[in-house]
Amino acid sequence: MHSLWQGKAPIYEALQKYKSMRVLPFDVPGHKQGRGNPQLTEFLGEKCLSVDVNSMKPLDNLVHPVSVIKEAEELAADAFGAEHAFFMVNGTTAAVQAMIMSVCKQGDKIIMPRNVHRSAINALIISGAIPVYVNPGVNKLLGIPLGMSIAEVQKAIQENPDAKAIFVNNPTYYGICSDLRSITELAHRHNMHVLVDEAHGTHFYFGENMPISAMAAGADMSAVSMHKTGGSLTQSSFLLKNGRLSTGHVRQTINLTQTTSGSYLLLSSLDISRRNLALDGKNIFQKVSALAHYAREEVNKIGGYYAFSTELINGDSVFDFDHTKLSVYTREIGLAGIEVYDILRDDYGIQIELGDIGNILAIISVGDRELALERLVSSLSEIKRLYMKDKAGMLDHEYINPTVVMTPQQAFYSNQHSVAITNSTGYICGEFVMSYPPGIPILAPGERITEEIIDYITYSKAKGCFLTGTEDMSVENIRIVEE
Amino acid sequence: MELWYTEQHTDSVRFSIKVDKALYSGQSEFQRIDVFSSLEFGVFFTLDGLMMVTEKDEFIYHDMIVHVPMATNPKIKNVLVIGAGDGGTVRELTRYKAIEHIDMVEIDKMVVDVCREYLPQTACKLDDPRVQLYFEDGLKFIRSKENAYDLIVVDSTDPFGPGEGLFTREFYGNCYKALKEDGILVNQHESPYYKEYAKSMQRAHKRIREFFPVCRVYQAHIPTYPSGHWLFGFASKTYDPLTDIDEQAWNDLGLKTGYYNTEIHKGCFALPNYVKELLISADE
Repeated sequence: MHSLWQGKAPIYEALQKYKSMRVLPFDVPGHKQGRGNPQLTEFLGEKCLSVDVNSMKPLDNLVHPVSVIKEAEELAADAFGAEHAFFMVNGTTAAVQAMIMSVCKQGDKIIMPRNVHRSAINALIISGAIPVYVNPGVNKLLGIPLGMSIAEVQKAIQENPDAKAIFVNNPTYYGICSDLRSITELAHRHNMHVLVDEAHGTHFYFGENMPISAMAAGADMSAVSMHKTGGSLTQSSFLLKNGRLSTGHVRQTINLTQTTSGSYLLLSSLDISRRNLALDGKNIFQKVSALAHYAREEVNKIGGYYAFSTELINGDSVFDFDHTKLSVYTREIGLAGIEVYDILRDDYGIQIELGDIGNILAIISVGDRELALERLVSSLSEIKRLYMKDKAGMLDHEYINPTVVMTPQQAFYSNQHSVAITNSTGYICGEFVMSYPPGIPILAPGERITEEIIDYITYSKAKGCFLTGTEDMSVENIRIVEE
Repeated sequence: MELWYTEQHTDSVRFSIKVDKALYSGQSEFQRIDVFSSLEFGVFFTLDGLMMVTEKDEFIYHDMIVHVPMATNPKIKNVLVIGAGDGGTVRELTRYKAIEHIDMVEIDKMVVDVCREYLPQTACKLDDPRVQLYFEDGLKFIRSKENAYDLIVVDSTDPFGPGEGLFTREFYGNCYKALKEDGILVNQHESPYYKEYAKSMQRAHKRIREFFPVCRVYQAHIPTYPSGHWLFGFASKTYDPLTDIDEQAWNDLGLKTGYYNTEIHKGCFALPNYVKELLISADE
């Protein structure tokens, strides 16, 4: 299936060779293979510190790869079915920003759903691009935003024929996929690029019976968080690219903001994880699917909870569903997702990925075992037994259609001052407010603050959501644009 | 040639038994299983290199985990045993005619198969008609049980490995739910002596205490376990093992035991001061 031999891991092999040569380091990093920092070496291990090294000829250079990193990129591209793959060490955030900045200049329009990760809107602040938001729609029961419907995309294209790109979240945090293939065809017909935030979609490239991946759908670029479900170290990810864009141009854009001291710990973790998934991904994700399926069945047996899956598929705004996600709707037992999330952590020692107003989400991946899932399911069963209450008075979240008054960049760089959030109705917001995770902004710079939004923020805070984004660390005050 | 079985009781303490013969070695889905014969302790078996049962001292453990709750409430009819793949706990339980049914849930079928072959001394009653064997995770088994048992015996391995789930809050909560109104939970409660074991012991005690109004700890001397000083947990919704014990009734049963007697029953709940302090500070 792959045209290159995927058993190779050039960066890993070069590091092994480097170690065996016992080079005397008179370069950075100053810990000199750990000797200068015994406590850190004791904590992280000598093996780890010994390959925390700088770019050098035998190890290539991430900014301008010509040897082992180049070869590793080619292998990754082959494994993912892309024309080119870039190794990213500044997180998928950097990959998302590089995608947007590669195709949008100041004043260019980009069509995107409003429920994007903050990294996408950050890219708009930096580049000065103008967002055209598509209402993703909401599943009324679960209160979660859906994918992009073709009709909405079509409407946005007609109203903004000059837009440069369409940005798609695929899958969403909750596992919802859009009709990527049709969106791509539509976009390309109108000469627009398709950029995909595939942070949660690594496994689409390797597992069987998965939703279609961005590269297979013909999208122009995709940001893939290898560290989320692929097993590499936190902060490492891939930016994938198909043939319509120039590799050189994208690399130049990446180099605007990415570090020049690319970590070899991160790079080798990408290289080794790519090899692992290319060789064994089919088995790994078959196991992951089976575990997720089992956990869903068991959670649904408890009663009260609803672990949702492919039955949500409606051919449009839920075109497909990532069944490896364990998303559970909790409001029927009278608890907000964030409350279940907190109880799981505080009382049961179980850390899940996220809890929002109505749902929790557990990530099941290459590292999971059956016995661990039994603990999660049993804890959920206990939480229902011990904490279930009447669900009256719980807020059901609706998608709040934002009123964009000015571009994120304009708002961010305007004169601003701070007011109490409770007194901010009617003003233009100058910063972000979001729950983290998922990191999807409730408010973004340039949007009008409404009563409804303030209520939502107040409720989220009361339920224990971890709110972030504002300059005020206690999230009591918000910066508003002076008009 | 000398063959020695050596177990690491802490990073700097080892315990060794001279081995006569290695009888079996195998890897199950969950753990490594080894069986040896020795001159001093007879046949013994280990899981992931940790001592489980020896022919010579198993009676102490099995006496104490079974007879303490049974003497407290001789009317126990329905019992759930979790773990206990060697069969020793079930062997002691089957000596009570009043017991009508025993569900035994062991995650690792291979442990039972190996013990049937090499340790008939403990595995001898697994085919008693009152015993029903289930090979699955105890945490999963108990999830669907409600108001079903008079006694639950948790005869688990240590909380690092497949037994981990049997020391969790979700497990004890599910035990509470699975017990009848006058139900009793007895568990293998680790040791107070070495730090790592003491931590597990404190954690277990803290979590059990959250659910059960009666929550006591008792001790026994088990020569082949780390430090030899071993604890058991007794938790219940109503019965207190110190005030509710029916000495006459138990002695009238005429059961011959090697370690347990009703004097031990009353004495084993008396704990050394340092253990009391560990239990009190379990909340911190």
